[in-house]
Amino acid sequence: MAKKILLGNEAIVRGALASGVAFVSGYPGCPSAEIGDEFGKIASKYGIYAEWSTNEKTALEAAIGASFSGLKSLVNMKSFGINVCSDSLLPLAYTGTKAPMVIFVGDDPSCHSSAQSEQDSRGYAHIAKIPVLDPADPQECYDFTKLSFEISEKFNVPVILRVTTRATHQKMPVEFEESEKHNIQGKFERNVHQFVTMPPRVMEMKKELLEKLEKISQFTEKSKINKVVGKSGQVGVVATGVSYLHTMEALKMLGLDLPVLKLGFFYPLPEKMIASFIKDKKKILVVEELDPYLENEIKRLAKEQNIKTEIFGKDILTRIGELDAIKVFAALAKMIGKKVALPKIKVSDIPRRTARLCEGCPYWYVLPVLKRIAPEGTIFGGDIGCNMIGVLPPHNMYDYLFDMGASIGISHGISKSTNQKVISIMGDGTFFHSGIAGLINASYNKSKPLMVVLDNRITAMTGHQTNPGMGKTLMGENTQELQIEDIARACGVKNIKVLDPINVKELETTVKDFLAKDELSLIVCKRICALLERRQKK
Amino acid sequence: MEEFNLILTGVGGQGIITLLQIIDQAALVAGFEVRSSELHGLSQRGGGVEAHIRFGKKINSPMVSFGQADLIFALEITEALRESVKAGKQTKFLVNDYYLPFTNSPIKEEVIEKLKLLNSLYLVPASQICKDKLQNELVCTLYLLGFAVFKEIIPLKKESVLEAIKNVVPEKYQDLNIKAFELGYANK
Repeated sequence: MAKKILLGNEAIVRGALASGVAFVSGYPGCPSAEIGDEFGKIASKYGIYAEWSTNEKTALEAAIGASFSGLKSLVNMKSFGINVCSDSLLPLAYTGTKAPMVIFVGDDPSCHSSAQSEQDSRGYAHIAKIPVLDPADPQECYDFTKLSFEISEKFNVPVILRVTTRATHQKMPVEFEESEKHNIQGKFERNVHQFVTMPPRVMEMKKELLEKLEKISQFTEKSKINKVVGKSGQVGVVATGVSYLHTMEALKMLGLDLPVLKLGFFYPLPEKMIASFIKDKKKILVVEELDPYLENEIKRLAKEQNIKTEIFGKDILTRIGELDAIKVFAALAKMIGKKVALPKIKVSDIPRRTARLCEGCPYWYVLPVLKRIAPEGTIFGGDIGCNMIGVLPPHNMYDYLFDMGASIGISHGISKSTNQKVISIMGDGTFFHSGIAGLINASYNKSKPLMVVLDNRITAMTGHQTNPGMGKTLMGENTQELQIEDIARACGVKNIKVLDPINVKELETTVKDFLAKDELSLIVCKRICALLERRQKK
Repeated sequence: MEEFNLILTGVGGQGIITLLQIIDQAALVAGFEVRSSELHGLSQRGGGVEAHIRFGKKINSPMVSFGQADLIFALEITEALRESVKAGKQTKFLVNDYYLPFTNSPIKEEVIEKLKLLNSLYLVPASQICKDKLQNELVCTLYLLGFAVFKEIIPLKKESVLEAIKNVVPEKYQDLNIKAFELGYANK
């Protein structure tokens, strides 16, 4: 065993290596990107295949293909990625896996590095009906990754490893096994019974999944990752993920040693264990971040089993934003009726130091020009990536901002609904991720927005990952460089201009020209990310 | 020492994560339990960066609770002032005398004036010193760490930090980092 200080995400990589992972796919985002980045560096060394896929759906589908061909796989994505891949996730729950598969989903309570929504991806457990584990720290990231592969192998089911920012980006000394290089060649063997979800078979598959869940529930009851710590007593805590660490800290602050049921499994829950923990208690506090999934399950369980324990949770803990030791401290004190002096939380009145476009960023040439040239009342749609900074001063540009690829989709709807001019802005990575679908819809339905793709030749915001426009794969191999303008042309866009935005006059003329047309148009502003350029020169 | 709670603050690109790695490693070398928490992402685009490190006999959470910091270690003065609302009575401040303004930021003189009202403030022109003596501003983090170890405002030994630097920093930058640390330690 080796012992090293690891980031949660590095521990996940170690855990997957120790489990013999052979196929890694994903889409970069925060707080998950370090996983794919790390595999990009080490995959060849360990005889593994690793890729950045074009989006989370293609990533999951790639891993399904690998699993059906007998390769152990790890899929990595941030919270919103599971929305994108859910269409393939649900049938995968029915077919089950052949070789083990672990799906890493990085949630970001408090939206430290997320726009769009404060998503609690645990909810997918109930929709997909597959196991979900929730580690608290890097050591658990390592241990739970290994366990997830074991569960997947034992029950032929994909396992979701749902980790939050405070665990993915936590560091601590982690004990792990060193791994060796392995060479595994997959082989796909036809198995229509398992891999085809046509009715009436699909209904049988649902039954099989529910039966599988029964067995996994029995496994959960015995699993060591659900454990009781602390002294026995009439007041207790049920905690999960990082909330457990806050709970232990809060108990220390209160000078209390209460029994704590720490759940490593979020789904399925060890219901017998929970019932036996709560039934002899007067009061329990359920400590979980974001939505009250666990609390609601425990309340249901108590009701079914006629357990009279008073259950506290989101009535005294926030649903909005991450938890911390002081929030849990306050809730515990309230539950036990102890008067405590709470620190008066102050917030600095200094304005926020918001993110800005880097020095030399090519977007500096585009955003001000668009704002200046577009007629008054033009609607600007922003997208995910560095271009989001267009929301902030000094740009203050966007009229709406949603999720990956949505700027073109929504601009089409606005264009159809009004006679206003709409400019949809998007980065190159996002164009390949899901922008193409919106562009086809706009083209097919004879819509008129102007789309501006800010092609800085890399997926920059998440830490410089490769994308299909670059001619490089994650593992550093050369590949064909897909041209955004060729794709747009094939999608039926008639007015297309590719330019270097440093030629401001050309950009100005094109914007004017295209806005005057009563047709869907595209400008590709192609200029390398300034950080990437500096790095390449080094 | 039961536990030591440290908040690092600064601006994206100032080298907070490397500093955190060195302190984490030094704490491990010294035989402490250690946990830290950092944020990546938007902060790399010139936003504020805050990281927490806790080390000691037994550490539960990686985050320093409000009012619990023993040391606020700031690489920029405005960020130091911003963080100061989270200070408790015991909190000391080690601040790089370096100003990186932004839209609507308070003016330098005002920030310094307010900082000087804080208890236990060490305001050190580390960026300037490193620029003058080492032709590299970025290693101000190591200068400040050297200063903190010498002044015993961080409970780590010089040897632990030196070992950590060798462990964490790529070989070709080790000399520069050690030099910066030694300069800070000698308080020159």
